[in-house]
Amino acid sequence: MAGVLIGLIVPLLLIMGNKHFGISANLRHVCAACFPGNISFFKYDWKKEVWNLFFAAGIIIGGFLAATYLHDPEQVKVAPALVSDLAQNGIDDFTEQVPTQLFNWQNLLTIKGLIFMVVGGFLVGFGTRYAGGCTSGHAISGLSNLQLPSLVATICFMVGGFISANWIVPFLLKL
Amino acid sequence: MSKMNSGAISAIVDARNTDFEVRSLDTHCVNVSKKDVPFYHNLKYMVAGIFFGIILIKSEVISWFRIQEMFRLESFHMYGVIGTAVVVGAISIFLIKKLKIKTIHSEEIEFQDKKFTKGQVIGGLIFGLGWAITGACPGPLMAQLGSGVSVIIVTILSAVAGTWVYGKFRDKLPN
Repeated sequence: MAGVLIGLIVPLLLIMGNKHFGISANLRHVCAACFPGNISFFKYDWKKEVWNLFFAAGIIIGGFLAATYLHDPEQVKVAPALVSDLAQNGIDDFTEQVPTQLFNWQNLLTIKGLIFMVVGGFLVGFGTRYAGGCTSGHAISGLSNLQLPSLVATICFMVGGFISANWIVPFLLKL
Repeated sequence: MSKMNSGAISAIVDARNTDFEVRSLDTHCVNVSKKDVPFYHNLKYMVAGIFFGIILIKSEVISWFRIQEMFRLESFHMYGVIGTAVVVGAISIFLIKKLKIKTIHSEEIEFQDKKFTKGQVIGGLIFGLGWAITGACPGPLMAQLGSGVSVIIVTILSAVAGTWVYGKFRDKLPN
């Protein structure tokens, strides 16, 4: 059901105003608007892409509304193998969708927290722009439009994710 | 038309073309309305974003745990959501092209073909590594922030930094 609704965002944005569903470009628009730093990649009229920033702001508001008014008090049901792996590393709180025992302000001062929040975020920002899109731009928009380069990108996202979740994340959790 | 005038006009045209060239680097949506629409029209994209943000939260797509399960092959929840979204998106785009559906401002909906780049492979792998660590791609990061996990702002700013560094060194990277 959620998949159907997410898929409908594609024609919704196209019919609303000829816009292709994608989010990671916003990270670039923020650079162009706030610190272009004389870098040619950021020297463009970001105001022409302001619709995308409105869309991103909407996602933040939507997240707030859902968490505030549509909150489901039940715990996130997590696969048993993952539960036991996480428990060995001190993560046993499944009440939120984000493991707040890992993602919190105090942890920013630890190597582990720094890697999960700062290095992880950096890789997402660097990688998505280098790839020319993220899950929405390539995996959903691009594949919906039957673009082979998007299929290549999506496969690479998945390969990177497999390597990371199965070998890198377990190592990082032990730090 | 005097010589000076035509020179000024061609300079404006050049500037516009350059802007388009820069804007279209490593991105997939460059469509701009040819009509002079009022600024508040951007609010409709915010409404679309709110809708998307609520779906992301309610379907647990923003869950760090769901992302780990997906890459550890412990749950097919995410594959179902993304797969369904692609099928719905593809049918929608097929119908838009077939029936020549226009935007609500009766403008033509444009599609651009993507070109293969090395970035789709290298950047794709880098994004994949980061995706499993943060447990979120750019859209879900916004929704997580909205849902009240304030520290995610650090991850988002790190992603902006990653994009900035990519922009800075773009010319030196294989493209």
